[in-house]
This record gives sequence, C-alpha cells and structure tokens, in this order.
Amino acid sequence: MIWIDTVIQGVLLGGLYALFASGLSLVFGIMRLVNLAHGDLIVMGAYLILVLVTLLGLSPFVAVLIAMPMMFAVGWLLQKFLLNRTLGDDILPPLLVTFGLSIALQNALLEGFSADSQRLPTNALTTASVDVGPITLGVMPLLTFGSAVLVIVALNQLFYRTELGRAFRATSDDATTASLMGIKPGNIFATATGIALVIVTIAALYLGLRANFDPNIGPARLIYAFEAVIIGGLGSLWGTLLGGIIIGVAQTVGAAINPEWQILAGHVAFLAVLLIRPRGLFPRVND
Amino acid sequence: MTMLALQNVSKSFGALTVTDDASFEVPKGQALGIIGPNGAGKSTLFNLITGNLRADKGSIHFEGRDVTHVSAMERCLTGIGRSFQIPQPFEKLTVYENLLVAATHGRNLSESDVRDDCADILERTELIKRANVAAGQLSLLERKRLELSRAMATQPKLLLLDEIAGGLTEGECQALIQTIKEIHAQGVTIIWIEHVLHALTSVVERLLVLDFGQVIGIGDPDEIMSSRAVQEIYLGIDV
Repeated sequence: MIWIDTVIQGVLLGGLYALFASGLSLVFGIMRLVNLAHGDLIVMGAYLILVLVTLLGLSPFVAVLIAMPMMFAVGWLLQKFLLNRTLGDDILPPLLVTFGLSIALQNALLEGFSADSQRLPTNALTTASVDVGPITLGVMPLLTFGSAVLVIVALNQLFYRTELGRAFRATSDDATTASLMGIKPGNIFATATGIALVIVTIAALYLGLRANFDPNIGPARLIYAFEAVIIGGLGSLWGTLLGGIIIGVAQTVGAAINPEWQILAGHVAFLAVLLIRPRGLFPRVND
Repeated sequence: MTMLALQNVSKSFGALTVTDDASFEVPKGQALGIIGPNGAGKSTLFNLITGNLRADKGSIHFEGRDVTHVSAMERCLTGIGRSFQIPQPFEKLTVYENLLVAATHGRNLSESDVRDDCADILERTELIKRANVAAGQLSLLERKRLELSRAMATQPKLLLLDEIAGGLTEGECQALIQTIKEIHAQGVTIIWIEHVLHALTSVVERLLVLDFGQVIGIGDPDEIMSSRAVQEIYLGIDV
C-alpha cells in the first residue's frame, strides 16, 4: 500500500512540474525560443505574490489573481522589447540573452529580498487532506494537479478553438507568410509570452505554498520544466503533463527507496526516456 | 483608373541591379502578364510591389496612394494579395483555417464575418471537399489552389500570381486557368508571372517583358510575343 501511496504522491507532484513546464512549452512551441530565465521568472512570480500578500494582507489565492495580469504585462513587454530582437535563424542569441536575464533576475531578487528563504503564508486549506480509502491525499497537491490539468485544457482550447490560437499556430508554422496575411508576429509572440507568464504565476503560487523558496532556486525549476517538456516531446502539452508525472513519480519512488535519491531518480528517469525515445514520447511530426 | 503605378523603380543587391528603372501602369480590372528569362527579376518586382522588399529608388502608387514606404502588412490590408511561386501554406492548419487566418487578419475582421466568404472561395476553387484536411497533406494542384484561395481570402483588389501554373499537368493547368479567369471576371486586377506561356496568354490582356531588371516591352500579348526583342532575349532565338 505504501507503494501505491508513493506513486500517487508522485503523480500529484508531476502536476507541479507540468505547471513549471507548460509556459516553457508554449513559448518554445510558438517561437522556438528556449527561455533559460523561465525558472527565475517562476521565483519572481512567487516573490510578487509574497509582496502582495504582505503589503495588502491578502490570501495568496487572491494575491495570485492580481499578480497574473501584472506578470502578463511583464511577459508582454519582455518579449516585445527584448526577446523579439533576439529571434532569428541563429539559436544562440536568445539563449545568451535569457541566460543573462536569468543571472540578472537572481541578483535583483537577492538584492531586493536577501538570500533568506521565504514561504507563502499557509492556512487550514493548505494543510488539509482527504482520505481516499487507505490513502491520504493532501488538498494542496490535489489542487496543484487539478490546476495543471485545467491550464493544459485551457491552452488546448485556446490553440484549436480561437482566432488567437489560429494566429499562434500560423505564426509558429511560418512567421514570414503570416506577416503577409496581416498578422504581426512580434505582437503574437508578445501575447504568447504574456500567457506563459500567467501560467508561471500559477506555478509560483503552488511553489510558494508547498515549499520554501529563495532567489537561487530558479535554475533547478528550469531543469525540471525542461525535462518534463523534453520527455513529453517538444510542443505537446499533454506530453508535458505526462513528462511532469514521470519525473514526479521517479522522484517520490526514488525518495522512498533512499531519501538521497529523490532528485537523482528524476534525472535518471529523464535520461532513460531519452535513451528509448530520443524525440520524447509525443514528438510533433514535422519538427 | 490606374490600380498600380511604378515610376523609375530600382533595386540592387550589392553590385547586382535586379530591378532597373522599371516604370509601368496597370489599369483597374486589367490582367497583366509578366514574362522574362530566369533571373530577370520577376519575383523581385513582386516583392517590391507587396513591400517584402523596399525600392532603392523610384515610387510605387496603389490606387493613387504612394505606398513606396508602406509595410507589407499595411499593403495587404489596402488590397494587395499574392500567391507564392513555391506554395507556402500553414502546413499544420487545415485548408479552411488557412483561409480564416488570411481573411480575419488580412481584412481586420472577426471570424464570424468571414466564415461564409471563406466557404464561398473554397467552393469556387474546388477545395471545399478538402476543407478540413491539414494543408500539409495536399497534392501540388491542391496546394496551388490553396495559394490562390488564400490570396483571394484577403479580398485583394490587386492579385499577384507568381508561377502558379508551373509543375502542373496539362489538365490541371486548364482547371486552374478556368478558376483564374473566373476571379478576373469578377473585376479583380491581376498581375501574373508565368513561364507557361499559353496559360498566361489565355488570360491576360497585356504582356510585359522583363530582362536584366529592365522593362523591355509592354503591350498587346500577340505583338509582344512576335516582337524581335522578345524572340531574341526571351526565347533565345538568334534572329
């Protein structure tokens, strides 16, 4: 029974990793941009929520609603005025610029909030649990997983059911031709990054509620996100969720065997998937 | 009324002059064919008209308005539509979605306003049965039809066709000519670059010959085709 419990906790943890990864996957899928500052943006989101909670005395769940449009604006401006300038045939400039952004963000957060680890205030809800048969599930992990599924369903709806989604897909397919049809790729990319940062904010909420954070944990979140995206196959959102689950389960099972193996087991699972399916579980046909 | 007017337009890439002092006018409702050997600068001329390239010298007027310094997107919105020599559909979008993108963004309208138009266009270009197929799955003729449909979806006043008949079988070519004739009959002004001469001459009213970036002749298709200059330069006949 302990094993079933371990696996289920791992699946739920995978929801958090899928939230980390969805924004990364979205941005990569639309503009082939690998945002190395993604993890630091999650941490920045967590600090933003913390500031709103502290200054306005709000519940984190309310603060996140205020933080989301703010982060959308950050993403929009970041893409429009910085990252769009790095896009082109060469893949190196966006990597270098986002790597620099990652360092700048970490140091800015360190300057502003010190290296002390922080946590979003918890209440009864965040520590509540429900019993399902012999297994006890935390409400927070369930909420996290539910949010991840909701985010992915919403993104899929956006992509395949709306005009904006069609513009996303058309621009992703061929930005030059799209611009001839009257689409402004620069604005489409800016909107996509804005949406990615809204998802980042949701991820930041659960990151801050479930564990401590400090300015230096961004790069590790980036790696989990990356692994989830690559296991799933670049550009597939449901694949990203599955990738998150695989890493989550590997980590909890690893930890159950030996507490020192938690992080290692996740990375080993990632390497194992790459050995068997180098292009991920659900690769896109044309890439 | 003049739909499009080029005055002394020149374009160079480094030392290579690809468009050399080109001047011509296209009256509203006319179909103009452009011929010339490979490398004569035909596609460059199109890129200058659509705004994908900017002219180094000279001016381009569309419906009396100076568009020389207007962006490609803006020109699309004012009514210049084009098809590409090599079809460039959005491969992962369906045929219908390809048209919706062109129609909504190319005309600044919402989806509900353009749905019927798009279905009409697909009906006319005989793609309606393939509407929900991903564009990447289409045959060459279907891709060419999609290029045409997509250009039509932006409701162009001026339609630029770039070697749309190339690579098709005789039967396919005839079918496409029929569709283009119908579009022209509705009053759309057309400029058509084509190597398949019989396809071109069965539609256009005027022919322009380009060589080394220069306009070396423009006028009645029969006269142009029988002129000495064209036979020498374009057909490679030593007269």
